[in-house]
Amino acid sequence: MELKFILEAILFSAQKPMSPKELRDLLGEAAEQSEEAKPFKKVKEEPLVAALEELQKDHETAARSYRLSCVAGAWQFTSQPEFAPWITALVGLKVRPPRLSQPALETLAIIAYRQPITRAEVEQVRGVTIDGVMQTLQERGLVEQVGRAEVIGRPMTYGTTALFLEYFGLRSLEGLPAAEELRRIPVTKPESLLTADAGLATAPPEQQLPLADVEKLTEQTPPPNPA
Amino acid sequence: MPEYKVQFEVFEGPLDLLLYLIKKEEVDIYEVNLTELATKFIEYIEVMRLLDLEIAGEFLVMASTLMYIKSRELLPRDQQVAVEEEEEEDPRWELIRQLVEYKKFKDAAVSLQTREIEQENIFPRLPIKPELAAPVPVKPDVSLFDLINAVNAVLKRVSKRDDMREIFEDKWTVSEKIEVLVKLVNERSNLKFSDLFVTVTSRSEVVCTFLALLELIRLKQLVCIQSEDFGDINITKAPEPTAALVEASSSTTSSEHSAIHNPQSAIS
Repeated sequence: MELKFILEAILFSAQKPMSPKELRDLLGEAAEQSEEAKPFKKVKEEPLVAALEELQKDHETAARSYRLSCVAGAWQFTSQPEFAPWITALVGLKVRPPRLSQPALETLAIIAYRQPITRAEVEQVRGVTIDGVMQTLQERGLVEQVGRAEVIGRPMTYGTTALFLEYFGLRSLEGLPAAEELRRIPVTKPESLLTADAGLATAPPEQQLPLADVEKLTEQTPPPNPA
Repeated sequence: MPEYKVQFEVFEGPLDLLLYLIKKEEVDIYEVNLTELATKFIEYIEVMRLLDLEIAGEFLVMASTLMYIKSRELLPRDQQVAVEEEEEEDPRWELIRQLVEYKKFKDAAVSLQTREIEQENIFPRLPIKPELAAPVPVKPDVSLFDLINAVNAVLKRVSKRDDMREIFEDKWTVSEKIEVLVKLVNERSNLKFSDLFVTVTSRSEVVCTFLALLELIRLKQLVCIQSEDFGDINITKAPEPTAALVEASSSTTSSEHSAIHNPQSAIS
């Protein structure tokens, strides 16, 4: 029997999302109770997660109406979003808090990628103050204080919560789209900035020798012989 | 003067407005003409002022930064203040860097929003735990002493948390509690003795509940089972209910007075 199918059977019957630790505990418990389950008594976390990921791929390839999701590290079978109309008819609308506003989403994105981050740093990126938005995000439990920055005034630093991952259906912070890039945005300064109608009031260049060139010339002339 | 109503796009801040203006130009952020942008930005602020919109301070700061950049550009190139290396960032570069960064997070916010909406349409599979037969009780019958022991423990707990609380009238009667108990047992197949006393607030309520339980046992409505020594006591419906419920509540109303009048003495 393959480990991934055992896991599939467990997750199919599970009442709640299962973390790798819970799955390992369950495998151990099953081995205590049944001779058949003995070979899977001690499965290390790594092969277990690998099996789960393989199972997830299998389901993806099979393109079924449901998938194996991993949210905040816990695994669970969920339906594909396009089948919502029928499931809604069956079980009713999902109870969820109202959608987040644009400012809230922007602020949340900055905190998610740059955590731990101080309020001032978020404000610098967004170019506006974020008092109200921060309060909303904290009240909704998506953002929390995580510490204090080692700078003058020791301001609070903020980070996202496990609820944040659940709310957006993310496996982990690594699962954020383009996480690497946004964490440290590599903005390379171009050679020259084509910003200006260069020197609107400049005299025609041939009439004068630019200051910089003059300096260069003087530098290049060999110094008088010291001797 | 004719009244014009202008629908304004609401901008989150000066950076948002700048990005909007750049988008309108259809140019890359890196290639945007900042002096032109400055002019447009200030035009916008003028309009906002005309419309009596409250202009946030951030917009004015941005306007002055743009004016500063523009004024530097206007000087002949050779007279422009050379940007001292490492001492001061080129304000143009600083602004563009900020815009690029903000744009990326704006995009990230959009992808978060997509996920947010998608999540509304994803349903987890939540199977119901199959009802399995309860294990055979080791010690099917509970003696009166077991019950008294158990209620004593509850009473001790109640009196412990009694040190400070509001004083109110004890409104419980045994017949009421009988009704509550019957309802509870009907709702749940497996009721624990301790479940009965989770919400109790006073000593007399404990006593009333306990007397109700005893009464129902006497009338063979309920059975108490303790599956292991010193384990929790389970309360279930009697296999064959003999006495009618009506009889149960009416018969207690007569005996109730003595029990309620002095609940403490009833158990001690």
